[in-house]
Amino acid sequence: MAHVSNLVGEDIEAYLKQHQHKSLLRFITCGSVDDGKSTLIGRLLYDSRMIFEDQLAALEADSKIAGTRGGALDLALLVDGLAAEREQGITIDVAYRFFSTDKRKFIVADTPGHEQYTRNMVTGASTADLAIILIDARKGVLTQTRRHSYLVQLMGIRRAVLAVNKMDLVEWSKDTFDKIVADYTGFADRIGLQNIVAMPLSGLTGDNITSKSPLTPWYEGPALMQHLEEVEIDEQRRINGPFRMPVQWVNRPNADFRGFAGQIVGGAVRPGDTIRIAPSGKLSTIARIVTKDGDLREAVAGQSVTLTLTDEIDCSRGDVIAAATDPPEASDQFETTLVWMSDEPALPGRPYWLKIGARTVSASITEIKHKINVNTLEELAAKVLDLNEIAVANISVDQAIAFDTYDANPDMGGFILIDRTTNATVAAGLIHFALRRAQNVHWQSIDVTRSARAEIKNQKPAVLWFTGLSGAGKSTIANLVDKKLHSLGKHTVLLDGDNVRHGLNRDLGFTDADRVENIRRVAEVAKLMADAGLIVLVSFISPFRAERDLARRLMADGEFFEVFVDTSLADAEKRDVKGLYAKARAGQLKNFTGVNSPYERPENPEIHIDTTKLDAEAAAALIVTRLTG
Amino acid sequence: MSSRRAPQTDTLSPPRLTHLQRLEAESIHIMREVAAECAKPVMLYSIGKDSAVMLHLAAKAFYPSPPPFPLLHVDTTWKFRAMYQMRERMAAELGFELLVHKNPDALARGINPFDHGSLHTDLWKTEGLKQALDLYGFDAAFGGARRDEEKSRAKERIFSFRSANHRWDPKNQRPELWRLYNARKHKGESIRVFPISNWTELDVWQYIQLENIPVVPLYFAAERPVVRRDGALIMVDDDRMRLRDGEKAETLKVRFRTLGCYPLTGAVESNAETLTAIIQEMLLTTTSERQGRVIDHDQGASMEKKKQEGYF
Repeated sequence: MAHVSNLVGEDIEAYLKQHQHKSLLRFITCGSVDDGKSTLIGRLLYDSRMIFEDQLAALEADSKIAGTRGGALDLALLVDGLAAEREQGITIDVAYRFFSTDKRKFIVADTPGHEQYTRNMVTGASTADLAIILIDARKGVLTQTRRHSYLVQLMGIRRAVLAVNKMDLVEWSKDTFDKIVADYTGFADRIGLQNIVAMPLSGLTGDNITSKSPLTPWYEGPALMQHLEEVEIDEQRRINGPFRMPVQWVNRPNADFRGFAGQIVGGAVRPGDTIRIAPSGKLSTIARIVTKDGDLREAVAGQSVTLTLTDEIDCSRGDVIAAATDPPEASDQFETTLVWMSDEPALPGRPYWLKIGARTVSASITEIKHKINVNTLEELAAKVLDLNEIAVANISVDQAIAFDTYDANPDMGGFILIDRTTNATVAAGLIHFALRRAQNVHWQSIDVTRSARAEIKNQKPAVLWFTGLSGAGKSTIANLVDKKLHSLGKHTVLLDGDNVRHGLNRDLGFTDADRVENIRRVAEVAKLMADAGLIVLVSFISPFRAERDLARRLMADGEFFEVFVDTSLADAEKRDVKGLYAKARAGQLKNFTGVNSPYERPENPEIHIDTTKLDAEAAAALIVTRLTG
Repeated sequence: MSSRRAPQTDTLSPPRLTHLQRLEAESIHIMREVAAECAKPVMLYSIGKDSAVMLHLAAKAFYPSPPPFPLLHVDTTWKFRAMYQMRERMAAELGFELLVHKNPDALARGINPFDHGSLHTDLWKTEGLKQALDLYGFDAAFGGARRDEEKSRAKERIFSFRSANHRWDPKNQRPELWRLYNARKHKGESIRVFPISNWTELDVWQYIQLENIPVVPLYFAAERPVVRRDGALIMVDDDRMRLRDGEKAETLKVRFRTLGCYPLTGAVESNAETLTAIIQEMLLTTTSERQGRVIDHDQGASMEKKKQEGYF
C-alpha cells in the first residue's frame, strides 16, 4: 500500500529518492466513543490514496452490511479490524496504520476511547511524537477529553492537535469552535500540556483535512495533513541529550572480538569518546562502532549498533554505556507514576519483575502515595491499585539500576512491571526521581559474619516455612518439630501467624494487600533470625505463591525449606478446630482462605506433607530427618 | 544502515535518520531482544521478499557473529521450483543453519492443493508449523508479517503470545510500551515475533533495492507458462499441475506480487523486469497485495480466524 504521487508515473527514480529520505512521524488519535476517530483515520488513509480498489469494493460491501451511514461509504470500517469489535461497532485495541505523503511517512496508533481501556491509550502514546485529541463539536470538552489529555501529558508527548471534529453538524460555527478552544486551553494549562494547535474539521466530509476548507474562512491555521507534515519531530532533542546505550547483547564471535550491541537511546557517540558503564561507574573509551556495512565515524540516538571498547572491562546485558562526563544516576528506590494494566490489583510488598532498558530486576511497590482521579486530577489515598488506575508510588528494586528521569529520557526512565506468576505485563511506570534514602542509607558492614554466628551454635541456619490451609495442622506440626529440634540441642524460634498478628502485624487486616505485607514483614524477621544463626520455624497460611517466593529469595541458597502441609479443603473444613470455616460460610468472615480468598498450592515444595497419609508425629519426624540428616 | 547513508553530522538538518533507518534500527533491536531473552529462537523462512528482508536484518543485527538461531522452512512441497533454489542459496550465503519440515501426515495422505482445498493449508502450513515448533522445542519464532498487510494484522503485537497448543487470543495480548518487550513465558508457551511489523510494502521493496538483497526471480516479469483459472493466472511450474478440461497452458509475460504454493498463487500480467519497475507498478496498481492469495477470499475475518487456530 502506498501513497500515489504524480511523480510515480512521471519519474519513479525521483519519487524513490524522495521517499527514501522522508522522515517518520508517529502519532496517536484519542477521543471518546463516537468522536469519529476511526472515521478520521479512514479519511487520512482515503485522502492520501492509501486504499486500493479491491479494498474499496470490500468497503462498499461492508458499508451496506455493517456501516453506520445508512449504506453510504463508512470510512471507519477501514480501520476497525477485529471481528469482535466489528460486531460491537467500537474499537477495542491499539491498531497501527501507515500512510505517507510527499513529505513524510506516518504511523498512526488508533487508540480506543472507552474508559476501561486506558492501558491501550498509554501503550499507543508511549511511542508517539504527537497526539490528536478529538472533540465532538456538538459535545465540547468531556470528562474523557480531560482523561486523554492528562495521559498525553503524563506520557511526555510534547505536541498536540486539538481536532474539533464534526464541525459540519454545528454549521461550521466560529463561536462554537472558539468556546471549545477556550474551555480546553484552560484545562490544558492546568495540567501543563503545551504546544496545542486547535483546528475545526470534519472527518466525514474531509474539510480541513488535506486542504483548507472554504467553509472556515475565519480559521487561519493549517489543514491537518499540512500540520502533520510540518510539525517538528522530537528526535533532535533526543540526539542533543547525553549519550546512552543500554547493552542488549554481548557479541563474542571469537576470543578476539567483544562487542556490545544495543540501540542508542540518547546523544551521539564517536570512536575515541570516553564512556562510563552504568551503574558500575567504570570508565573506558570507544574503540569502534561496528556495523555489517563497515565501521561508522559517528552514531546517534535511534541507531542500532555494536560498540567495542579499548579496555577489557566488565559490561553485560542490562548495563548502560553512557557519556563519561554526564552519566545516568544509579539507585534502588524511586518515586514513580504507575499506570496499572492488569485485572489483578497492585499490592504493595508483592514482588514483581521490573524491566527497564535491557535490565530486569526484582521490584516491589513500597508505598502508594496517592491515586490520581484522571477526570478531576484529585489525589486520593489508596492501599491497592486496580486496572486502569494511575498512582504516584514508591518502588524499591533489589539492586541499583542506572536511570534518567522519564522527563529527561523516556527510554531511560520508563519501565514495565511483570507479574511473576502469570508473566503478564501489569504496569507501565515512569521514574520521577530517586528517593534520597536510597542514596544515603548504605549497608553497614558487620565484622561478625553470619557464618560465625551459626558456627558458635554448632548448627546450620534454616527457615522452615509451613504453608497450608487454615486447620491443616501447620501449627501442630511446627510445634512438634520445634520440640524435637530443641531436644537435639538446636537453637530454634517459632513464628506463628496468629501470634505475630497480635504484635508486629497488629495493624494488618485480611485483605490481599495486608496479607502480602503480613508475609513480607514475617519473611524479613525470619531472615534476621537466620542471620543470627537460628533455625526459624514459620507457620503461616501464606496463600500466595508470589510472597512465598519472596521469602525464599531473601534467604541464602539451601537454607529455605517450604513445607507444604497438604489437606483437602473438605478435610480442613470438617476439622475446623477454630470454628472459622463455619463463620466464613455463614458470611461472617471476609477474605477467608479457601472459602472466599484463593490458596495457591506450592509447585515444588522442599517437603510435602500429605496429612491423609501421615499423622502430626510422623510428619514432624520426617521434617527433622530432612533438616538434620 | 550502511555507512554511505550514515546520518549527516551537521545539526542543522533536522531528520538525521530517515524512516528506513529508523525501521531498520527497530527491527534489529527486536531481534537482539529475542536472542537475549529466549532460550531457543528460530526464524521462519517463507522465501518471499519479506523473509528476504528479515534475513538480511538478522545478518546485520548480530554481525560479526552469525545469527544465533537457525532458519526453518515449513515446506508444503508445492512451492515454486525457483523458491527452493533461493532457499538453499540464501541459507548458505548468510551462514544460517537451515531446517526444513514437511508434515509427515500430509505427506502420507498425499495432501495437495487440487483435491483438498483448505485442508491443504491447514495440514501443510498450520499443522506443519506447530509440529516443527514442538519437534525442536523452539520457544520463539520470527515471522515476516507486516501490520499494513491486512486489517487484523494491524492490531497484532510485535511479540505475540501463543498458548501451549499454539492458539492466539486477541483479547489477551500484552501491552507493548516504548521499546520494552516482555518475553517471559511459561514452559510450553511460545512467542511469534514480527520484527518488520512497522514496514510497509513500499518500504520492503525500497530497502531491497537500496541494500541489493537477492529475491526470487518470480517477482520480475518474464515469459511463463500459465493457465487462466477462476479469474487468476496460475503458473504451470512442474508436471504435477493438473489441467482441467479445456484449460491450456499459454505463455504470457507475468510476474508474482506474492509467493506461495504455485497452484494457489495468481500471477499478474506485467512488463516490470527491474526493481524500479516493480515498485512503480506496485505504486500505480489498484489491487492490494494479498489479493493474489486464494486463502483470504472466504470471508471478512478469515485471516483472524486462521491466526487463532495457529496459522502464522
